[in-house]
Amino acid sequence: MGLNEKPLSTLHEKASYDLDDFEVPTGREEAWRFTPLARLRGLHNGTAEVTGQVLTQAYTPAGVSSEWVGRDDARIGRAYVPADRISAQAYNAFEKALVVTVPKEAVLAEPIRVEVRGGGVDGASYGHIVVVVEPLAEAIVVIEHQGSAVYASNVEFVVGDGATLRVVSLQDWQDDAVHVSHHHAQLAKDATFRSFVVTLGGDLVRLSPSVSYTGPGGDADLAGVYFVDAGQHLEHRLLVDHSRPDCRSNVDYRGALQGEGAHAVWIGDVIIRVEAEGTDTYELNRNLILTDGARADSVPNLEILTGEVAGAGHASTSGRLDDEHIFYLQARGIPFDEARRLVIRGFLGQLIEKIQIDEIRDRVMSAVEAELAR
Amino acid sequence: MSTLEIRDLQVAVGDKQILNGVNLTVKSGETHAIMGPNGSGKSTLAYAIAGHPKYTITGGQVLLDGVDMLELSVDERARAGLFLAMQYPVEVPGVSVSNFLRSAVTAVHGEAPKLRQFAKDLKAGMDALHIDAAFAQRNLNEGFSGGEKKRHEILQLELLKPKIAILDETDSGLDVDALRVVSEGVNRFRETGETGVLLITHYTRILRYVKPDFVHVFAAGKVVEEGGPELADKLEAEGYEQYTRASA
Repeated sequence: MGLNEKPLSTLHEKASYDLDDFEVPTGREEAWRFTPLARLRGLHNGTAEVTGQVLTQAYTPAGVSSEWVGRDDARIGRAYVPADRISAQAYNAFEKALVVTVPKEAVLAEPIRVEVRGGGVDGASYGHIVVVVEPLAEAIVVIEHQGSAVYASNVEFVVGDGATLRVVSLQDWQDDAVHVSHHHAQLAKDATFRSFVVTLGGDLVRLSPSVSYTGPGGDADLAGVYFVDAGQHLEHRLLVDHSRPDCRSNVDYRGALQGEGAHAVWIGDVIIRVEAEGTDTYELNRNLILTDGARADSVPNLEILTGEVAGAGHASTSGRLDDEHIFYLQARGIPFDEARRLVIRGFLGQLIEKIQIDEIRDRVMSAVEAELAR
Repeated sequence: MSTLEIRDLQVAVGDKQILNGVNLTVKSGETHAIMGPNGSGKSTLAYAIAGHPKYTITGGQVLLDGVDMLELSVDERARAGLFLAMQYPVEVPGVSVSNFLRSAVTAVHGEAPKLRQFAKDLKAGMDALHIDAAFAQRNLNEGFSGGEKKRHEILQLELLKPKIAILDETDSGLDVDALRVVSEGVNRFRETGETGVLLITHYTRILRYVKPDFVHVFAAGKVVEEGGPELADKLEAEGYEQYTRASA
């Protein structure tokens, strides 16, 4: 149960399409206590005007359908029901949703690209994206967030029986952006989901990746890398809800922080319900704090309601650069700054190596390099 | 020709004085063995010269060709030509051996090595030390056995070609085969005659493979006796007891 007074399962049981079902957060709630509400520019309390300039564009390879649909489309809100106030706000405020469908048994050679580009922080924008990967299909989706925006959205990944979906979500916002999103993946029988989240930019980013299972054999890997600079608040709230037997999940998020007021928050919630026998899960968060004035809050929570798990564990570490690492490299003539870069790059690079798309991996690596060069 | 001159070196860890005035001179072409019981300050000498932040210099000088190393940062000392083969090399996650070695060679030699030449040198060095080629892609010291770590230290020694090498108990934890391989590496490094070696050890075993010119006995943070290779034989026969008793 961690620091919470209530079991996780009750903490996450609230879900509704109706905005009025959620109180305006005050900051005292468990789900909001780390988030600086004053910097949300009204996303949480209805004061944000929907006059934002966010342009979302999808680039899909042949064989994939991509449509903009109205709010009444039956595919919206099927896999995910809003779980907090901003999520419900976004759900009630978006105009059109992007629905991308990968047909049954299609194996895509090229990634599907979704660009979310903001044109300023005057006024808020809301979005909704649904990605459906039909049974036995295999697809890669790259979502890139760029520019400047006050943006809230819900993204649903519906992964069919035996299908594989890999997602890279890159938050490469400008310094003033505010971004709050839920990314939910629903895994059918034997579905595979690989998520890679990279958060570098923005004034405040609060991303909530979650996974649910509708059949046995689902397999989810959630990896994330973040680099927090002075004044940034980058928050990742993960939830894996094991409600079916013999599913697997692995969470590995790593971040580096530097500068006054750099704040990383990582919440890793895993629930293993009574029905979820044979679950195998592990979650890890590691933070490298590079300077004074930076702060990482890392809270793993694991609630096990069945006696029959294959494996369940979590770990969280937050620490400074290891003097011994730096000494060893310096003792081989490598100057301090370069030694530091090597160690940080190594720390994050171990995860980045896992991105299986060369072009994206190189881009993420060079984005991290750019952060290190600051 | 290079000379490492340690003059009246005094070192503390926290409030505890460990080295009480060490005097020692190592020249190119010479191999000096420092022997002594556990806790006598041998490793402190090695790490203090290399510049480990844990050790505070409370007096004295360490001159390499007249330049006081104690005034330099850790990496500057290495670039000046000092090398410390560590007793317990640390594991650095995510930094590959090849990336590390290339960075180190580039830093020490002042320019990036030609890729093809570097690959060739690396392969030759690894072959000579019986290090599997797959090592180059592994993370630095991660999951290496004790013997693998030591061989990797000697690989660095051979690639970086320092003026003066300090080997801190490089023999500890090695079986006879590994000891022979590592010793051969040290001997290759010595054979040019242009480099000096300060070999720190607890046991005389390695001295059968790496023949010292001078032997210094260390006790209670300073050199208490000096001699030629015959002094090692005496230690082999009699142990350190007379020195520990004297200093107690």
